[in-house]
Amino acid sequence: MQVAVIKYNAGNVQSVLFALERLGANAVLTDDIEAISKADKVIFPGQGEASTAMVYLKEKKLDKLIPSLKQPFFGVCLGQQLLCDYSEENDTTCLGVFPVKVKKFIPESYLEFKVPHVGWNNLMDLKTPLLKGLNEDSYVYYVHSFYCELSEFAIAQTHYIHDFAALMHKDNFYAMQAHPEKSGKVGERILENFLSKT
Amino acid sequence: MLTKRIIPCLDIKEGRTVKGVNFVDLRDAGDPVELAKIYSDEGADELVFLDITATVDKRKTLAELVGKVARTINIPFTVGGGISTIEDVKVLLNAGADKISINSSAVKNPKIINEMAKEFGSQCVVVAIDTRNVDGIDFVHTHGGRKPTILNTQSWAKEVCDRGAGEILLTSMDHDGTKAGFANEITSEISSMLTIPVIASGGAGNMEHFKDVFTFGKADAALAASIFHFKEIPIPNLKTYLEKEGVFVRK
Repeated sequence: MQVAVIKYNAGNVQSVLFALERLGANAVLTDDIEAISKADKVIFPGQGEASTAMVYLKEKKLDKLIPSLKQPFFGVCLGQQLLCDYSEENDTTCLGVFPVKVKKFIPESYLEFKVPHVGWNNLMDLKTPLLKGLNEDSYVYYVHSFYCELSEFAIAQTHYIHDFAALMHKDNFYAMQAHPEKSGKVGERILENFLSKT
Repeated sequence: MLTKRIIPCLDIKEGRTVKGVNFVDLRDAGDPVELAKIYSDEGADELVFLDITATVDKRKTLAELVGKVARTINIPFTVGGGISTIEDVKVLLNAGADKISINSSAVKNPKIINEMAKEFGSQCVVVAIDTRNVDGIDFVHTHGGRKPTILNTQSWAKEVCDRGAGEILLTSMDHDGTKAGFANEITSEISSMLTIPVIASGGAGNMEHFKDVFTFGKADAALAASIFHFKEIPIPNLKTYLEKEGVFVRK
């Protein structure tokens, strides 16, 4: 099985590659359209700013490729947000796989809630086989200031200031706001579940 | 519910873990990769590696160590110590670090905080502040707390937040190594003032100190070294205790 990890200008993906290596997956970091198209699974990681990332994806024509892919696809962190319609981060039109909006966390008081949302938080209302083996005591590691709104596509939610979509699913597309590669055994299980999809 | 984070700190010199009492008299506490793995398995929420090597080829040694750690563990970790340029950060992030921490270099050149935040994102820029109370006023100190500056700690904390730091690691040099408890007062003051998370450091001696810094000190995370390295407080016991005391922790 060949896993393609999409290479673009959004943060450090070394940790994702190491996590896949620990799971024994054969992963390659690439922005090549053919390599991505032919891969059995695609992971779209990322950390950074939405509009800058979209400019790069357009340059590489990945903005057209990604929504057309048919193999199991997993967007992580910024990857999840970019799969949505629109992000409030610098008023950015995204890839449009999920008809969902990405919004900025605005707490009523910063005394209670800091932004970014940094640290370990639990998953609630878990659905679908991607979360097999996990329960509401499963904690994942978050670092983000923007979040995906709840929708029919949410397969788990997390509470910070309010509930937001922790993971989403539509057809062959999966997405997760937290970092599975940094979420200990829980994250490892989610990656394993994704890798075992056909 | 977002949990409070417990962060063991590993001081690194030439690839080995050390921890000083009041930053002098270093004691050897083992292999950093092995320690990192143990902490990760025991339920540490994050790790901090602070490099105190002062040799020319430290960068290469440190990047190699970071690579080994990132290969082995699956929790986030921060690397600090002598980082002053965008290039320094790039090397460490590419090796697999999740965040970097800067201290003296930010004091010397505050603009570097903006530049690093712009280049790599605020989420990976931790600004460490060493503070010491001098005649009732809190002053930022650099060089492992030895060198006083004219910066007031509270205003400096506000400035680094405005410049784009993602988190603040606040070490009270008056408390560090004493095991008499964290500096709850200034930690609470700074945490209440800022919109970004504050990691409290310096003074952890027993489990109650952690409860106090999360409640009275309003810290988002607490960092300690020797009490973890010498197994005085095992992390699972600490988390069980905190949970019983009503502090939300990841179990």
